Amino acid sequence: MNARDEVLGRVREAIGESEELPIERTYHNAGARPAEAAALLELLTARLIDYKATVLRCADSDQAIAAAVTGVLSARSVTRLVVPVGLPEVWLAAEHRQPDDPPLTVGILDRAEGVLTGSAVAIAETGTIVLDASPSCGRRVITLVPDLHIVVVRAADVVPTVPDGVARLDPSRPLTFISGPSATSDIELNRVEGVHGPRQLVVILAG
Amino acid sequence: MSTFIGMPAARGTGDLQGDRPFPQAARAALADRQLRRNLGHATATIRTKRAQVVAEVEDWEQLREAGRQIKAHVMARLPELLEQLEEQVTARGGTVHWARDSTEANRIVADLVKATGSDEVIKVKSMATQEIGLNEYLAAQGIAAFETDLAELIVQLGHDKPSHILVPAIHKNRTEIRDIFLAEMAGVRPDLTDEPAELAEAARAHLRAKFLTAKVAISGANFAIADTGTLGVVESEGNGRMCLTLPDTLITVMGIEKVLPTWRDLEVFLQLLPRSSTGERMNPYTSTWSGVTSGDGPSTFHLVLLDNGRTSALADEVGRAALHCIRCSACLNVCPVYERTGGHAYGSVYPGPIGAVLSPLLTGMTGGHDAPNDSLPYASSLCGACFDACPVKIDIPAMLVRLRTEHVDLAGPRTAEARSMKAMRWMMSSPRRFGLAGRLSRLGRFAVRRGKPIVPLPPPLNGWTQSRDVPVPQGQTFRDWWLDNHGDAR
Repeated sequence: MNARDEVLGRVREAIGESEELPIERTYHNAGARPAEAAALLELLTARLIDYKATVLRCADSDQAIAAAVTGVLSARSVTRLVVPVGLPEVWLAAEHRQPDDPPLTVGILDRAEGVLTGSAVAIAETGTIVLDASPSCGRRVITLVPDLHIVVVRAADVVPTVPDGVARLDPSRPLTFISGPSATSDIELNRVEGVHGPRQLVVILAG
Repeated sequence: MSTFIGMPAARGTGDLQGDRPFPQAARAALADRQLRRNLGHATATIRTKRAQVVAEVEDWEQLREAGRQIKAHVMARLPELLEQLEEQVTARGGTVHWARDSTEANRIVADLVKATGSDEVIKVKSMATQEIGLNEYLAAQGIAAFETDLAELIVQLGHDKPSHILVPAIHKNRTEIRDIFLAEMAGVRPDLTDEPAELAEAARAHLRAKFLTAKVAISGANFAIADTGTLGVVESEGNGRMCLTLPDTLITVMGIEKVLPTWRDLEVFLQLLPRSSTGERMNPYTSTWSGVTSGDGPSTFHLVLLDNGRTSALADEVGRAALHCIRCSACLNVCPVYERTGGHAYGSVYPGPIGAVLSPLLTGMTGGHDAPNDSLPYASSLCGACFDACPVKIDIPAMLVRLRTEHVDLAGPRTAEARSMKAMRWMMSSPRRFGLAGRLSRLGRFAVRRGKPIVPLPPPLNGWTQSRDVPVPQGQTFRDWWLDNHGDAR
């Protein structure tokens, strides 16, 4: 008998005639805890700062986002940012763009000054931003190898809770849930920021 | 590997059992004062953090109950969920392999690596690959495995063994870690201090080139969604993202119990797991992927589904719930026994309260007096802290008691315990003998001082006194007291 049939056979024998067991979801489901928009953005901001991300607030318009991005570039003396193919053009002037088209090599990404992307969903309660490899988020590697990640979160994509966020996402896409910059708790169980992923996470919160 | 009469020989193999029983191993660990300081400090830190973030969640108990129900539901539907997972992963461009035990899983992985032409792999921390002893097997096949999780790296560089599910190097403090890096890490700065941020920076520099050039990565999985074929890895450092994104080939080894029915179930475990393990509202990075995605990440994906004793545990109606474990390690961090002995004393890669049930369930017990995994169900005071901390409400104390019963039954009628119980039954089944025994116990007053016997009790009774004080018998038995005070009411 092959391993597949043997393992499945053992499982069937082990559980016998089990009936299907119910799953009662008495916890707060998606949509159960709506929050007022301003309070939601306040909470997200506080959670992001708590996990050592830098947060910049701006109005929810392409122009305001562009101004905020320019501000980050000058504050950090950065001249060029890697951008995914679908990033709105107005967010960053052409001379500051390093487009991932054709796909940039890992070596180029390793030497890049930083990367600018959009995001799919942000979860206020946990300070989590989700990238879904859509055209404005880009391939997973472009937000992984550069040391500075600037991510734009629009108010319409901010949800209160984890169930709200999970409900909005498409699992057929590769997803990356990001909660603050790279960190470790491996030395005496204290959290220290800055290991393999981007060590600087700048969130531009538009709304 | 042990055999167990009346059950199919499908027991778990690999690094699931130590080479000596827990009491012996614990004695050595307890003598190490540095180890006890390190563990005391680390577990106290994480207990405080966990308590804070759990208190923030008003529906925590409802989430725990949902987590328990989802896992129980999974166990009852496991065959169809695994078939659905296989179908979905295959439809999305992945290849699914099945392994009966550690030997078969190791061989599958090694063959897959060899087929790529690579002689090295990078690894995301994974309990499943620890359990099967994959690194050692690959090394014997001429394949170098590089652990990329910081704690795993510390263990690997220190030629050490993991002692905790989440933080395998929890037994080392910052100064010891610095010393390991200085001795073993090529190209490290000689003036490296023991500041955690500097140690993390050293690990980043050490692994950077490896990440950017690796062709093959091996991971575990925190969950797999049956109806979408989605795999997930929960991590902190970004080493997981590196391994899951950069190489051409990704091989994921996962225990069959890790499957979840639907994408929605993730909303429960993404709340339970980070708060229970690192005490964070959310861990820095969680990656999910479904098969392969053209132009993004590995172009080849293999999923190895591992039994290795899980079906034996599943056949045990009480023990089955041990397979609900999501490897958060909250039970280790609250356990008074683990806090003092550390993880090495348990022998298995699964230490602490959950390890004390999971390891014997996976390998089976022999009934022997010195069998390492037979000793694990006794490595507990049954205080119940693990049950309270468990995010999926595994009743570990009840399982420990059940396994102790099984061990006694296996051991048969000739053990010291069985014989003394038999003698006790004889003594207690006659009022005359019971009264005589009570009066005789008063003689014990002369043999005991300050709770310790003046002369060590002879075998097998010293098995009791080596870890417990002997209470000084009262000067008067209850019967005598009753006669003195109520003698006329008789």
